Amino acid sequence: MTETSEPLSAPLEVGFDYTRSLGSVLGRFATALRQRRITGVRGSDGRVHVPAVEYDPNTFEPLDELVDVGSEGTVLSWSWAPQPLEGQPLEHAFGWALIRLDGADTPLLHAVDAGTSDGMRTGMRVRARWAAEPTGGIRDIACFDPVDGDAPPQPPAPPDADEQVTTLTTPIHLHYQHSASPEESRYLRGLAEGRLLGQRCPACAKVYIPPRGACPTDGVPTEEEVELPDTGIVTTFCIVNVPFLGQRIKPPYVAAYVLLDGADIAFLHLVLGCAAEDVRMGMRVRAEWKPRAEWDSTLQNIDHFTPTGEPDAPYESYAHHL
Amino acid sequence: MTESDVAVVGFAQAPNVRATHGTTNGVEMLVPVFDELLDGTGLSKKDIGFWCSGSSDYLAGRAFSFIAAIDAIGAFPPINESHVEMDAAWALYEAWVKIRTGEVDTALVYGFGKSSAGELRRTLAMQLDPYFVAPLWPDSIAVAGLQARLGLESGLFGEEQMAQVAARSRADARQNPNAQVSGEERVADLLEQPYVADPLRAHDCAPITDGASAVLLASADRARELRDRPAWITGLEHRIESAQLGGRDLTASPSTSDAAGAAGAAGVEVAELHAPFSHQELLLRAAIGLDDSVRISPSGGALCGNPMFAAGLSRIGEAAGRVWSGEAGKVLAHATSGPALQQNLVCVMEG
Ligand SMILES: [Zn+2]
Repeated sequence: MTETSEPLSAPLEVGFDYTRSLGSVLGRFATALRQRRITGVRGSDGRVHVPAVEYDPNTFEPLDELVDVGSEGTVLSWSWAPQPLEGQPLEHAFGWALIRLDGADTPLLHAVDAGTSDGMRTGMRVRARWAAEPTGGIRDIACFDPVDGDAPPQPPAPPDADEQVTTLTTPIHLHYQHSASPEESRYLRGLAEGRLLGQRCPACAKVYIPPRGACPTDGVPTEEEVELPDTGIVTTFCIVNVPFLGQRIKPPYVAAYVLLDGADIAFLHLVLGCAAEDVRMGMRVRAEWKPRAEWDSTLQNIDHFTPTGEPDAPYESYAHHL
Repeated sequence: MTESDVAVVGFAQAPNVRATHGTTNGVEMLVPVFDELLDGTGLSKKDIGFWCSGSSDYLAGRAFSFIAAIDAIGAFPPINESHVEMDAAWALYEAWVKIRTGEVDTALVYGFGKSSAGELRRTLAMQLDPYFVAPLWPDSIAVAGLQARLGLESGLFGEEQMAQVAARSRADARQNPNAQVSGEERVADLLEQPYVADPLRAHDCAPITDGASAVLLASADRARELRDRPAWITGLEHRIESAQLGGRDLTASPSTSDAAGAAGAAGVEVAELHAPFSHQELLLRAAIGLDDSVRISPSGGALCGNPMFAAGLSRIGEAAGRVWSGEAGKVLAHATSGPALQQNLVCVMEG
């Protein structure tokens, strides 16, 4: 094993705005929220479910009868959030609660702005505090307030909006610390020095670049370090004609699998420096490195590959790498 | 035993730890786990008829993370493989069905999770109803706290009983070299600890754990070749409850009761329960109908190490081990998935 230092790791931010279609029942529930009303749906047994559900939890029958419930209710259970997490309804300590609204039979999960945990108790009465700018979602209820406290000022009545809410957008942002494997870390540190480091599988002797946490044939980590030249061949390629978000060069251009001399696996890179239609399978190419001052720990240190002008590799020499 | 019977014949797990240096695809944890599991049986990877795993992309923070984990198997030439986005106990269910069809006679089931890569209690909000619950980001400890208080205030159990579960678990974990948390605690001392999320104290909540585990299943003929006293699966059932938290009775676990009844839980001597919160062990014992004579989670259970997507599978492996050793004749393993015991699986095994 050639690894001597800790694997590389870096923050990884994942974000996506989930956009969901609501359908008739959930759409009417969301529409009511935007109008600062809370509704439930009547179940097969007459019980009123809040939030509205599309199917009866017991009989699985489709449900359709929306009914208004109160914006005040009773806390059935609670837990305390001393240090709220990102995205939660309040930025200071608050209580999570299961709240049975007046006229409802099942409880709604939401936040209660109670100051301290001493302000929370099962059976307490709470009232919805409406968000200033309703959008048609559960966050239109900013939180609930204890009824025995001072009633906070309510925002002005929402604009008349008869149009039904049909979609719901929920931004999801998650934070990770992503770690590379020890083998990948060797490779990434090598790139920062302008070196292309592969590793050889101890079982099948194949050379992988980037090296693998485990050889996909043998299930064992690659071990022996192999420094590879920055020359190789194009095994296969495509001509990109379609513009897309984040594209850094103007189409048409060639994205190709480049098999470095001595490697047993190709990686994806760009082939520039000739007309797109002149790129061929078997064409010999070499790396065009960016100026050293621009290097970091990524394969982008190689700006692209460019034809060397040498004779093409015969098909048989790379057919088993396709 | 008949030809369609299936037994658990092997189990291995990675040490349960707070954080590893490894990747989220689990390759580094899985390579030694597979080696240990196969070494004990004399099988090689090529002898495995079916592979099935449980893991989650939300835990890894990237799409199709389970595909990269397959490198640990050595998946070329192609293998027969499947995956569930749940605890690997459900992958074991799929593998059990696969063997019972007669298509394969061995299956290796594995689960893995690097919980430390993200912010676990927040990531788990992604399990909730995505329309009107998840947008509030209720975290897993908040939801468990709502469930615990319902149990406390309805008189089902007290804080002292919750602390007793934690103390017993930690004491048992001293015998488990893979446990993350263990030690001797006085119940009175635990009750002096502050709340982390009233009504839950730190010892009521499973630790954040990186880990992986693997279980080997075999058909009747192969099982007898591979182990002297296989743990025959005599019942394996799983049930699900509504995704609406408010639509469920959180103080009961009807899905566990139904699964346990259908799996034939009566008369078990040992039960490994997948309870990531102390009060959930109390709810599960009541739901299954386990009396005080049943030895609960002698491994220390999930409160002493809770590798996401592997902890339920580990319960099956731990319980099977009691059969192999002759310590018990009939055992039960339970796994849960989803918020506040939403989905539950019960596996009954006999020697
Ligand atoms: Zn190999």
